[in-house]
Amino acid sequence: MEIGLTHYLVVSALLFSLGVFGIVTRKNSILVLMGLELILNSANLNFIAFSKFKGLNIEGHIATLFVIVLAAAEVAVALAIILNIYQNYHHIDVDEINKLKE
Amino acid sequence: MTHETLLRISSIILLLPLAGFTGIIFFQKKLGRAAGYIGSSILGINLFLSLLVAYQKLAFFSDAGMLQWKFDWLNLGSHSITIGIGLDNLAAIMLIVVNLISFLVHVFSLEYMREDIRFPRFYAYLGLFTFSMLGIVIANNFLNMYIFWELVGISSYLLIGFWYEKDSAANASKKAFITNRVGDFGFFAGIMILFFTYGSFMFDDIFSHIGEGHIPFDSGTMLTLAGILLFMGAIGKSAQFPLHVWLPDAMEGPTPVSALIHAATMVAAGVYLTARIFPMLTADALLFVAYIGAITAFIAATIAITQTDFKRILAYSTVSQLGYMIMAIGVGAYSYGFFHLVTHAWFKACLFLASGSVIHAMHHSMHHAGEHHMDPQDIRNMGGLRKTMPVTYFTFLFSTIAIAGVPFTSGFLSKDGILAGTMAFGQLSGHWFIAFSGFASAAMTAFYMFRLLISAFHGQPKTHIAAHTHENNKLITVPLIVLSILTFWFFYSFNPFDGGSGWFYQKIKTPATVVQAEHQWGFFVPYESVRSHSAACCGEPTANSATEPSHNHHKEAHHALNKYEEALHHAHLPAMIISLIIAGLGIFLSFSFYQFKIFNPDGVAELIRPFYLLSYNKWYFDEIYDASVIWGTTTFAKILALFDLYIIDGIVNLVGWFTKLVGHFIGWFDLYVIDGLVNLTANVTAFFGLVFRKFQTGRIQAYIVMTIIFAMVLLYYVL
Repeated sequence: MEIGLTHYLVVSALLFSLGVFGIVTRKNSILVLMGLELILNSANLNFIAFSKFKGLNIEGHIATLFVIVLAAAEVAVALAIILNIYQNYHHIDVDEINKLKE
Repeated sequence: MTHETLLRISSIILLLPLAGFTGIIFFQKKLGRAAGYIGSSILGINLFLSLLVAYQKLAFFSDAGMLQWKFDWLNLGSHSITIGIGLDNLAAIMLIVVNLISFLVHVFSLEYMREDIRFPRFYAYLGLFTFSMLGIVIANNFLNMYIFWELVGISSYLLIGFWYEKDSAANASKKAFITNRVGDFGFFAGIMILFFTYGSFMFDDIFSHIGEGHIPFDSGTMLTLAGILLFMGAIGKSAQFPLHVWLPDAMEGPTPVSALIHAATMVAAGVYLTARIFPMLTADALLFVAYIGAITAFIAATIAITQTDFKRILAYSTVSQLGYMIMAIGVGAYSYGFFHLVTHAWFKACLFLASGSVIHAMHHSMHHAGEHHMDPQDIRNMGGLRKTMPVTYFTFLFSTIAIAGVPFTSGFLSKDGILAGTMAFGQLSGHWFIAFSGFASAAMTAFYMFRLLISAFHGQPKTHIAAHTHENNKLITVPLIVLSILTFWFFYSFNPFDGGSGWFYQKIKTPATVVQAEHQWGFFVPYESVRSHSAACCGEPTANSATEPSHNHHKEAHHALNKYEEALHHAHLPAMIISLIIAGLGIFLSFSFYQFKIFNPDGVAELIRPFYLLSYNKWYFDEIYDASVIWGTTTFAKILALFDLYIIDGIVNLVGWFTKLVGHFIGWFDLYVIDGLVNLTANVTAFFGLVFRKFQTGRIQAYIVMTIIFAMVLLYYVL
């Protein structure tokens, strides 16, 4: 069986769903952040797959590189936020952080 | 001196007292007693100027008729209303009368009102009154006359109520003002009839229109009515029956005021008005005037007999004498009527000032004796004042003789002329009641005036107060002397038995009537006009033309203007003889009752008790008016008040109740429907708020789940 576009997309969709599942279900902010990374990587996988099979060519690669850089920056910012949360709440449990409600 | 100069001086005479009034009224406190000197000196100047004007007018412009100065007062589109001032012989003589009496009263009051707390105000009011009275005198149109007519009314009101702390004075001033309003209403209506017809207020315009046969509504009745309505002003102001009731009460004012306003000048304004409108009065109107005068003269004279208040006797005497003047003008004895106005002004002002002098002396005596409950005006408390107050006595005596109509006095000349006039009128028209009333009043006048003189001045003092009176100082006696001197005959006519031969009669000519012959007594119509009239109407036999043939003969004999003048001339001697007899009779009776006590007055009063009571209670006029007019008015007012209370207020309350009801309904609607809608909106919003706030957990994960769910829903629909 030849590995085609569909396989890549299925993997990517699984990866996305796992990311979403991680974001929604984990209490620990770090884990939520990791779920986010999974979603970004699923998007990257899509870019690459389309670049190979649907002629997105070099643009797909470039977009992927951008996303990786963006993910790195995002992690840096997010970790800084998490550190600040920890300083304020002395934990990083997302369930307990419901200040947005007010 | 030219016309213009005379008129200019007249207007200065008019305006000076007004200047005095405004000057004094604003600086009362500062001026104090100086107000009296200012007022008196202004009147002194006025008197001098008026003597000058009157002399010039009578000596050089005697035949010039009325000198007039007219100007447009109001322009109404194409029509303009003219007013102005006018000066004829009548006005010239009145200027002297008003200014001289006003001046003497000003001087008199310097002493009489010395201790009054409102001394400056008194002088201000006197100035206002003099101004208004002069305004009437030199008016040449009805509009001016009416304005000043009301102004004398208000000054009279202010001065009667000058001591307004006394209830009686306050009430008297109200009574005078309201009674005058009744007459003024008629006066105004009369003016409006004339203005409506002729579009002018000027005397000369109106008279010339009437002379051309142009009369209101083309009806002789309307002309008569206009005349009677105008005369109503005189009924009010000159205190004629039936509006005479205010004048005796007006004696509540200070006595100098009574002398000035309620004896000599203002009340004579009515006579002056009647004289002014004399040419336009028709036969019926003249008859009305004559009867009113005759009735007034008679009634007032009968009342004066039994009164005991010094000033009230004089007041009724004034009413009676005013009736005389009105009667004189009504019967056509115009010159004698005005003559009597002037002579009466002197002696009645003198009588009143003398009464003021007596009251002043009685007050002082009471003050010294510490007596405060006696009535200083009651003649029953006087007696014997002849010895303590000789100057007052003699001046009073002279004036009494004059008013009683004793020969060699001014009063004899004028009264005699009037009686001759009434006799001539009776002879020509058959209305003898007027002559009868004239003679009866003359007898009664002589009687009651001497009763007053004897009770107050002769005999022994009836109280210790009267015994301790003293003659007043010169400020009071000099005006009395001046006025009493003017009661001598030679000021008016050198012949003491014939007023007709004097300068006065020559200067005050009876004006020819302007009323067409068919509305006038035949004997008032001038001969020339009778002839031309009967020629004009094609020899139609009228009452006037029937008497024509005998005219030429008489005309040459006496140079008489009309038949009446002839009759007057003939009636002169009999009238004089009768009047002498009855005046003598009155004086004789008076002496025998009160001086020599041959008869007992109380016994006679008991004998004719009903008449005595009728006279003593003033013919019950006040009671009748109380029971009819005043009761009627107040009852009507009460009915209106009830109407107001129940009907009008009922309607108002109903409207209020209805409005309240509607208000309640609207309130309910507002509360439940409008507010309900508003609340519903709010509640729905709140409900959704409650629902949606559940989604607002504040937890990021929940938001993300929702974002994903809705994103999927969107994707599902979009794709």
